[in-house]
Amino acid sequence: MANKAYQKVYTRLEAITKATVSLHAAGVSNDELATVEGRLAQVVKTKGDLVTLQVFAGTEGIPTNAEVSFHGEPPTLKVSEQLSGRFFNAYGHPIDGGPEVEGEERQVGGPSVNPYKRRQPSELIPTGIAGIDLNNTLVSGQKIPFFADPDQPYNRVMADVALRADVDKIILGGMGLSNDDYLFFRHAFESAGALDKIVSFVNTTEEPPVERLLIPDMALAAAEYFAVDKNEKVLVLLTDMTLYADALSIVSNRMDQIPSKDSMPGSLYSDLAKIYEKAVQLPDGGSITIIAVTTLNDGDITHAIPDNTGYITEGQLFLRADSDTGKVIVDPFRSLSRLKQLVQGKKTREDHSQVMNAGVRLYADAQNAKTKLENGFDLSDYDLRCLDYAKDYAVELLSIDVNIKIDQMLDTAWKLFAKHFKPEETGIKQSLIDKYWKS
Amino acid sequence: MSTFGKVTGIVSNLVTVQVDGPVAENELCYINLRGTDLLAEVIKVTGDKASVQVFESTRGLRNGDKVEFLGRMLEATLGPGLLSSVYDGLQNDLTTMSDVFLKRGEYTDPLDHVKLWDFEPIAKPGDKVAAADWLGEVKEGWLPHKIMVPFTFKGSYTVKEVAPAGQYNIDTVIATLENEEGEDVKVTMTQKWPVKIAIKGYKEKPRPQKIMETGVRVIDTFNPIAEGGTGFIPGPFGCGKTVLQHAIAKQGEADIIVMAACGERANEVVEIFTEFPELIDPHTGRHLMERTTIICNTSNMPVAAREASVYTAMTICEYYRAMGHRCLLLADSTSRWAQALREMSNRMEELPGADAFPVDLSSIISNFYARAGMVVLNNGKTGAVTFIGTVSPAGGNLKEPVTESTKKAARCFYALEQNRADQKRYPAVNPIDSYSKYLEYPEIIEYLDNAVEKGWVEKVIKAKTLVLRGKEMADQINILGDDGVPMSYHETFWKSELIDFAFLQQDGFDPVDSLCPIERQKYMLDLILEICDRKFAFDNYEDCRAYFKRLINCLRQMNYSEWNSEQFKGFRSQLNSILEENGK
Repeated sequence: MANKAYQKVYTRLEAITKATVSLHAAGVSNDELATVEGRLAQVVKTKGDLVTLQVFAGTEGIPTNAEVSFHGEPPTLKVSEQLSGRFFNAYGHPIDGGPEVEGEERQVGGPSVNPYKRRQPSELIPTGIAGIDLNNTLVSGQKIPFFADPDQPYNRVMADVALRADVDKIILGGMGLSNDDYLFFRHAFESAGALDKIVSFVNTTEEPPVERLLIPDMALAAAEYFAVDKNEKVLVLLTDMTLYADALSIVSNRMDQIPSKDSMPGSLYSDLAKIYEKAVQLPDGGSITIIAVTTLNDGDITHAIPDNTGYITEGQLFLRADSDTGKVIVDPFRSLSRLKQLVQGKKTREDHSQVMNAGVRLYADAQNAKTKLENGFDLSDYDLRCLDYAKDYAVELLSIDVNIKIDQMLDTAWKLFAKHFKPEETGIKQSLIDKYWKS
Repeated sequence: MSTFGKVTGIVSNLVTVQVDGPVAENELCYINLRGTDLLAEVIKVTGDKASVQVFESTRGLRNGDKVEFLGRMLEATLGPGLLSSVYDGLQNDLTTMSDVFLKRGEYTDPLDHVKLWDFEPIAKPGDKVAAADWLGEVKEGWLPHKIMVPFTFKGSYTVKEVAPAGQYNIDTVIATLENEEGEDVKVTMTQKWPVKIAIKGYKEKPRPQKIMETGVRVIDTFNPIAEGGTGFIPGPFGCGKTVLQHAIAKQGEADIIVMAACGERANEVVEIFTEFPELIDPHTGRHLMERTTIICNTSNMPVAAREASVYTAMTICEYYRAMGHRCLLLADSTSRWAQALREMSNRMEELPGADAFPVDLSSIISNFYARAGMVVLNNGKTGAVTFIGTVSPAGGNLKEPVTESTKKAARCFYALEQNRADQKRYPAVNPIDSYSKYLEYPEIIEYLDNAVEKGWVEKVIKAKTLVLRGKEMADQINILGDDGVPMSYHETFWKSELIDFAFLQQDGFDPVDSLCPIERQKYMLDLILEICDRKFAFDNYEDCRAYFKRLINCLRQMNYSEWNSEQFKGFRSQLNSILEENGK
């Protein structure tokens, strides 16, 4: 970020907080970048000639006589095929020892797609995991997060899903990734021999939190290049969006904004929506699918971050440890894919949606039986059968270890129904019972 | 002489402008960003500083940039061609934009100025007319679209001349009126109206007289909404708010549907674009899109235009109501609109109310709901705007400001419940908490007595009571255990499950079950209540459960079968034979 020769350099700061600095400057445009004592910053507020800058790397050690120069433009990323296989930091600079990327310089965080130009997502993304494919089928152009407590293996599941999905590019946006997790992703991609179709933008826990705010925009600018310019199917992985939202709250707090729920900024919904709504099925075949991670605090989905996320995304995949079987499962109650009906029964077998609903309903009956058991009541024969079914269902279908084709998942479900229930107990349409019931 | 100004401060989309002349609250202005005009609206004035909310991204805007005030508020353009359109929150036509991405500062015309419409005159020279009176008519698809005296016209006018029947575009003068001062005023087929002001021009606004059928059993039978009524659907995410709203949009018994996608997902709007042109309106047999207008300001589109989108949608509904049509406005979600208000209030550093929402939130919401209603027009005909909004309460907690404010304003409450959704009991409308105040209206009771059958509301209340009793029994069974309660508790509980599974639950994705006309609803409710009236005898609760499961299965299969088909009758007689086994 070399200063251009004619640029005016300011040397007097009026105010400094942990994340922002303010100074008097003229001719500054909204959202433009600046350099403060060698650190990258962005204009977030102007009032008269008083300009407030958000300093991405934090303001530790910045003196009131720091040198400030303005770049005249918002953050950009150079895009070209050279992005493939590379690892970058939040500013789009290589961290893998390779050369800088050459290509067209584009502003990140650009405009939205005209909703009328979108196409309806209709391509199934198979993952082999029945908790996803059977109960919460993913579709290209969808945006969906994993909701998981920090101790769940969400990064591993996400890497599995990415590598099994049939896509042209995978773009990883890592926010507050631990160094171990960063190396895990790197290793997983390398050993799958998939490195050439992967682009990574990584901010690790060792780096300043406010830098994270650039990661989604960088990752999605790269995704838009491949999806719009090259008509490719792009899968974007964003982990962990909770840490992104935390960084947002730091900045808004330093700017003295009135917080809304859970000390998050009032604009949290719009801020998250701007990122997630980049998921799109384009008219010329390109698509951007976003799979994100939102870590929860003890499974609490009413916290402002998962809550706002849930209203934006097209469902959520909820991971939890199942104490009855010792497996990590995709929770069938709290998980949902809103776009599943676009492919279920259309790209998959006709019985898909009814089998899914029956499976989950019976699992719910098992939960009721379990509550009765815990309260010390006698169980009926039906209750006992439900409990047996629930164990089989968790191990053979809900567990994240499962890796089978969708038809096999359906057959497995019919097998379990027949093993534990009578046809009328499933509530499935008679015509499907006649065809698929495994007596 | 317009007022000009220059930018002096920017925080996100709130811009402070120093002005050189008079400005009005809600006046529009263009901010010139190096050749691109960004539309903005005045929301606060202090001395010579106006705070404006910009309907676009302010990236690159600088202090000192020039501002021109337009001397008008945000207006909707009204005229033939509104139906089947897809607009953004400011009524720009999204279909005529060429680029895949939305370009900042690109504003497109809402109506086609070239298209010719078949005009038929209604008024005659010499007629005395006033605002909203009908001068002529064109056919918009199959719907008669009245050309009216513009709503902005004050006082009374005499018709001097009306164009003869023929084909004209919307800019053609189709009538010349003489005002009270003897001056001529010309009227075309199009007019403008400021969206934040309700369109009047009707004689009176009586209480609702009839219900609006939606084909959804839990609504039409249990909690009916009146034509010209208001309702809202709160619920945590994933409970089927959108699916329920789309079902109402597809099946609602209305002439015109306006859907305002306000700060929600773009793919949901795409679903409407993709499916509605294919789907058939069950009431007229025409394509659904022909009666639908979509106002779409999705969550990633500029926040300030979100607020505008619901007003634009309401204005279009009121316009068609003035023609004597029955309109249904669906807004998904009003919480996003409230959040947009919160973002602006926050940036203006106003003192916040509960949950940082502006303190006047409640009055803004009730003013908006009050624009719905049935009206009697000046010529004695009637029209209606029915409004159903969704609310997305934070954390699914209904004790939050938007839900509470809406509850005061809306007459129907469809509470979606996480627990029901978890059990896939869709639509997840809680049968006990939800209500329709219209069931207490004598007009509506009388209407239902005639339209369905005498005493219908009593039957509905009986069914509701059974569901409530079932819930109480379930609580007892949970506390005391299956063996700890008398057999009758189990029977009562299972009767309520019968109502739940066979009547309240409905498969929104099944071609037959998704649409249940009121005649069929009556048949099923009668059948179910008849079963509930029976006394059964069981040896143990296991038998009771198994028996009712068989009944439920039969009734559900009936729901999946074509009305009165052989298949339907087959399941009906199967049900009879099960009933003969037990009870009387």
